Amino acid sequence: MAASVLFDAPGPATRRRHRIYTVVASAAILAAIGYALWKLNDDGQFEYALWEPFLTPDYLRALILDGLVDTVTMAVFAILGAVVFGFVFGVAKMSDHAFVRWPAWVVVEFFRAMPVLLLMIFVFFMWFISMQGSFLWIDQRSGFFSVVIALTCYNGAVLAEVVRAGVDAIPKGQAEAAYAIGMRKSQVMTIILLPQAVKVMLPAMISQMVVALKDTSLGYAVAAPGLTKVGQAIYKEFHNQVQAAIVLAVLYVGLNLLLTALATWIQRRFVGENKIDVVTVAAGIESQSRA
Amino acid sequence: MRLRKTLAATAAGIAVAAGLAACGDAGSDKEGVKVDAKKDCDDKFEAGSRMAELAKAGKITVGHKTDQPGVGFQGATDKVPSGFDIEVAKLLIADLCIDPASDNVNWEETISDNREPYLESGKVDVVLASYSITDDRQKVVGQAGPYMVTGQQVLVATDSKVTGIDDLKGKEVCSVTGSTSLENVKAKGAKGVGADSYSECAEKVLDGTYEAMSTDGTILAGLAAQNEGKLKVVGDEFSTENIGVGYGKDHPEMCEWIDGVLTDAFEDGGWAKAFELTLGPSGVETPEPPKLQACK
Amino acid sequence: MQAVLDNLDEVLKGFGYTLFLFLVCAVASLVLGTVLVAMRVGPIAVLRLLATTYVSLVRNTPLVLIFIFFHFAAPIIGINFRWVQVHIGTFDFTSAFATAFVALSLYTACFVCEGLRSGVNAVPMGQAEAARAIGLPFGGVMTQVVLPQAMRASVPPVASALIAMLKNTSVAGVFFLAEALAVMRGLTNDNASQRLGIFLCFAVGYIILVEIVSLISLSLERRWRTA
Repeated sequence: MAASVLFDAPGPATRRRHRIYTVVASAAILAAIGYALWKLNDDGQFEYALWEPFLTPDYLRALILDGLVDTVTMAVFAILGAVVFGFVFGVAKMSDHAFVRWPAWVVVEFFRAMPVLLLMIFVFFMWFISMQGSFLWIDQRSGFFSVVIALTCYNGAVLAEVVRAGVDAIPKGQAEAAYAIGMRKSQVMTIILLPQAVKVMLPAMISQMVVALKDTSLGYAVAAPGLTKVGQAIYKEFHNQVQAAIVLAVLYVGLNLLLTALATWIQRRFVGENKIDVVTVAAGIESQSRA
Repeated sequence: MRLRKTLAATAAGIAVAAGLAACGDAGSDKEGVKVDAKKDCDDKFEAGSRMAELAKAGKITVGHKTDQPGVGFQGATDKVPSGFDIEVAKLLIADLCIDPASDNVNWEETISDNREPYLESGKVDVVLASYSITDDRQKVVGQAGPYMVTGQQVLVATDSKVTGIDDLKGKEVCSVTGSTSLENVKAKGAKGVGADSYSECAEKVLDGTYEAMSTDGTILAGLAAQNEGKLKVVGDEFSTENIGVGYGKDHPEMCEWIDGVLTDAFEDGGWAKAFELTLGPSGVETPEPPKLQACK
Repeated sequence: MQAVLDNLDEVLKGFGYTLFLFLVCAVASLVLGTVLVAMRVGPIAVLRLLATTYVSLVRNTPLVLIFIFFHFAAPIIGINFRWVQVHIGTFDFTSAFATAFVALSLYTACFVCEGLRSGVNAVPMGQAEAARAIGLPFGGVMTQVVLPQAMRASVPPVASALIAMLKNTSVAGVFFLAEALAVMRGLTNDNASQRLGIFLCFAVGYIILVEIVSLISLSLERRWRTA
């Protein structure tokens, strides 16, 4: 039993107590799981017919090829848009000209404080409700564009803060030295500050990507394509809500874990270990707590 | 290392799923009534009319709903939609000598708010999507029919004692957010609960969370048909909806043509057959064909 | 914008639901989050595993899916909230509200847990070591020494989790609850020409609520700041 800073290496009495707790807790957990499984079985939730759609090639194809690919496509477009948006407005917020700085501040604060769903529904009703037809491999582009634009604006606003905090986190000496050798403001920004800031911002940006991926599920409200829509269609047809929910959860969790593992690998390869959370906290971003 | 492990786990998972993937055989075929395209359309329609253009081109785009079982519905893997609206549409398509089951028919999903924009811009040629005939709508699009007269009713569980909207004063009744059905429910003294779609409401009535849901009788009948035996439509109609065919306002000749096809279908039983097949399983009796409104 | 003024009572009622949901869920997720963090840093390995698994799973699941589960899948296996019938004035807190409460609290609790954990980690090691040195057990270390200091450090991340939750209450509007978003959809459907005005009104409403919570958290941070 390891010693942590919060509790000492346990002596025999404590070890005995902990063993009792562990046994009680494990028994309780196993009992709960067992009961849940038994109850599910009792309700017939393990019937093959309810799980069959997820093993049928047609439905699997709809789920994976349409649903998963659509979800990932929306996320990728949203992320690319958000990065551009974030850099543009982040740099604008640090501008020396007030007429650039203030509008940028208003835009960023506006999109940060608003629920993404509100934005998505507004964009859908405003511009895309009469749009029909496909875009690349997406069948219904009205929902697709609503989701992508709303996610771009929201995540872009968050990334703008990250960019600002990233540039602020660079030692002042860098900028001072650049000015000392005669560079103009724009040169200082593009040649000296931003490239260094990118390394610092990478983890925060990647955590926003996971947020963007999860948020594509909000497209539910505007009938956007994606995993949730296909899963919904399946359970409407087969009345296998529980099974569909489980399969969808597995897919989303799997996707996010993959993305997080990728992010951690990139961080280790290109940035090196810790020291990054400064930016996350300074930017006050809500990391993954967005829907 | 973590990445490699995660990738390996994912690959293994996909392999297992792919292996099992050949095992399942779910899904059913919803073919509907088989309608043969009429032959000999060369001189049938007046030259220059929209019908002649469509018949000559051999292609047509139809707007329909995809989330109303029995009325206009398309499942996750269905290639063509099904429902009463679709069956009536097939009769119109066949009259243009186009085979309704072929790829020359472009079935386009429409939602309530984009029916007018689609018709105005010509993205669809006709709309059969629970489309009520109203004066407001006829200012921007053409509407012919009705091919169905319905009204707002109530859907409850089969063993419920509720007999109509008046029994539900002060109780929660489900309908769709922003629809006129929800407004009517509130106007009748019940507590309206807004959902995203009618099938969601049906789910909630099925599992007992809400006592009832309310919208047009046809949609309710479709939902009842889909959940055989578990739901029933009750109550007198407390609103009237004339469901018609939408078409572009700049082709007024389509009105008479549509009325003609509908009259034939009323008389030769095609309309009744379509109703029995799609909405019959709900237990609702096949009504008399409605009286067509005059074309403007 | 006229439509909003005409239906002001409905709009305010919608925001009322939003506020109620936020307050109730904030309390629940703080409590649950504290329990989770205690499990995560505690000495019992099984509980640590349980808490870690729960947090990892819920973090990576979209909130919409959790709502879908509790609304459509859970009733099938017997979990439903029909029995909730609380009526205060014109507000009805029935199954829709209860389901939203459960889903949102379970979701936000894991972010509150992460926030609290980062707060606990920010407490200097020396504090905990000194507490051990004078003989305090785990419970004493936590309640007397670590948690009070951790509170201060955890205000920013926990506040941001709660603000995110305030915005997430809008998801409940898609699932049967007549809160602000649902009211906006209804108004926009009936008054399509005033879309922009209606949207701006509701956006401002949410922004005001978010700013209020931000200000409260900022003042808390300032009050508890040392040096």
